[in-house]
Amino acid sequence: MADLLSNEELLLRLEIEDFLYMEADLLDEHRYEEWLDLFTEDARYHAPMKRNVSSKEMDKELTRESIEMSWFDEGKDTLEKRVAQIRTGVHWAEEPLSRVTHFVSNVRLLDSGSDKVGAGEIRVKSRFLVHRNRLEDEDNTWIGNRIDTLRRVDGQWKIARREIYLDQNVLLSKNLTNFF
Amino acid sequence: MVQLTREMKRLVDSENGTVSREIFWNQDIYDQEMEQVFARSWLFVGHESQIPNPGDYFLGRMGEEAVVVSRARDGGIYVFLNSCRHRGNRVCRYDHGNSFTHVCSFHGWTYDATGALVALPYHENGYDQMDKSKWGLMQARVEVFQGSIWATWDKSAPSFHEYLGGADMYLATGLLHTDGSDNGAEVLGGVVKWRLGCNWKVPCPDTDITHGWITHRSTALALGVGATGNPVRPQGDRSLAVGQVRSRYTVSFPEGHTMGVTIPEEADPGWGESGTWNERPAVREYLREKFELRRKRLGVMAHLSVGPAIFPNEGWLGRVVRIMHPQGPAMTEIWTYFFVDKDAPQEVKTELANYYELYYGPGGVTQQDDMENWYALTIASKGPVAQKLDLNYQMRLSEPPLHGPTEFDMPGLFAHNYSDENHRRYYQRWAEVMQAKDWGEMAPTQAAAARGDWMTNRNGR
Repeated sequence: MADLLSNEELLLRLEIEDFLYMEADLLDEHRYEEWLDLFTEDARYHAPMKRNVSSKEMDKELTRESIEMSWFDEGKDTLEKRVAQIRTGVHWAEEPLSRVTHFVSNVRLLDSGSDKVGAGEIRVKSRFLVHRNRLEDEDNTWIGNRIDTLRRVDGQWKIARREIYLDQNVLLSKNLTNFF
Repeated sequence: MVQLTREMKRLVDSENGTVSREIFWNQDIYDQEMEQVFARSWLFVGHESQIPNPGDYFLGRMGEEAVVVSRARDGGIYVFLNSCRHRGNRVCRYDHGNSFTHVCSFHGWTYDATGALVALPYHENGYDQMDKSKWGLMQARVEVFQGSIWATWDKSAPSFHEYLGGADMYLATGLLHTDGSDNGAEVLGGVVKWRLGCNWKVPCPDTDITHGWITHRSTALALGVGATGNPVRPQGDRSLAVGQVRSRYTVSFPEGHTMGVTIPEEADPGWGESGTWNERPAVREYLREKFELRRKRLGVMAHLSVGPAIFPNEGWLGRVVRIMHPQGPAMTEIWTYFFVDKDAPQEVKTELANYYELYYGPGGVTQQDDMENWYALTIASKGPVAQKLDLNYQMRLSEPPLHGPTEFDMPGLFAHNYSDENHRRYYQRWAEVMQAKDWGEMAPTQAAAARGDWMTNRNGR
């Protein structure tokens, strides 16, 4: 059984949950520029692919960051370019904009403990369910988990690293125009 | 050239530059394609670098069907259908791995790395009449070209070299090392796979040069660099204004292969000079160094960097190969392989992986907009009214090709850069293959005759 949470830890968890829910709102309300502001300048945004491998070789399941191919392997600079592309109004895959809803749940602070409460960086695991509906009847759902490294910068939480683990092998949608 | 039946000509009319939408929707035509096109053509199934060691294997695809691509103890490469000869179950369950045996999970029929049946439970007292050598996994013919692995089910098909019909030199450009030496490429780990609701043929003919300015406008506006990784030539008379770009052509083969080719010139800048690499300094420096060696080895042809689409479903974008696997008339599973020099420094490979990820695949800023259009045209062509309206491939229909191949001593049929000639050639070949009873009726000799027609008539139709 886990140790009882201190009040400080509970407050920290609420603070982090609130941050993630606020972030989801920014994405779902197409407030992409404000969303970008949530990332540190050196942020990494990585979504490895998952391969079907023997259960004895699960260390080979994920494609390796920066060495093998990924769904996404980005820095803030390229995320900014993606947002700029959407804003051109001629990015046909997002014109008109898709209707997207992010569900975020199972939020858990990793490496947590009372000593982490005052720390400048914290790792957070969460589940996502992202639903995209587009034009008349195009409909996609992506489910998986994320591990974020959040960093306190000038009193604000920022995303320094986001790892996205999507539960698909062959991607069952025609593209990935949205953010996770 | 091959005379098309009236029914086939109704579907594909190269003389008038039209193609029926039925060939993208009709289930009967699709079923026929699986037999006529996919069971008889040479198909790209992977690359040697994916199976460097004996026992290595990975799952490939030929048409709708899964195949195991395997390296046996003797180093040979085998491609066999991933379907047990006993009750048809899938034998290999993994995307890749290393094993000298593949054991069916149903009754335990066991095959070796060549696909041969080597063991089965109760063999001695249950199958005393059975000859195991006749019950191995279904073998495809295999050929390796500059490390790329090709396979066909058809024993009567011509050699892969003949099948290419002279496109070898173009196909080699992306598979060679950047320094021009043989077998220099490897596939980055992770074949990118995704499903797209369009017919498999839609993305196939290359090159559709006129879509870029409108389809990819947002990429140009927001990112401002070329998407292919190919050298960007100095602006001026070669700028991408609408009209002929000097020395760039669409090039097709009667065998159905299509591509865009820029005629190499002595004054061309090396590959490292492309604006694409402005933000990728390690790649730029690496290409500068290696391209010097390529120039020494290959002369002016070192500049040739084309993506030949090999009939029926293989295509290149820069050094990226994408395969359009059919999944029903209106569904395609695209598999994309990303090539780098196998001995390039990790820093260079990493920059290239990041570059590929940004531009290509389902997350790629460029391809996303292609796929939006391919999907939308599929939906908008579904109805009975739309189905009766032929698609238009008439751009420069009345113009003969600008130059024959002899002018540049390069193989292929050269036509204007802004032309649908490649599409007409691709669908003409598709129609020929669809109606041909056997390889005798669609052999390269027939295609060569078509090439003769072309040179004589200057229009090949």
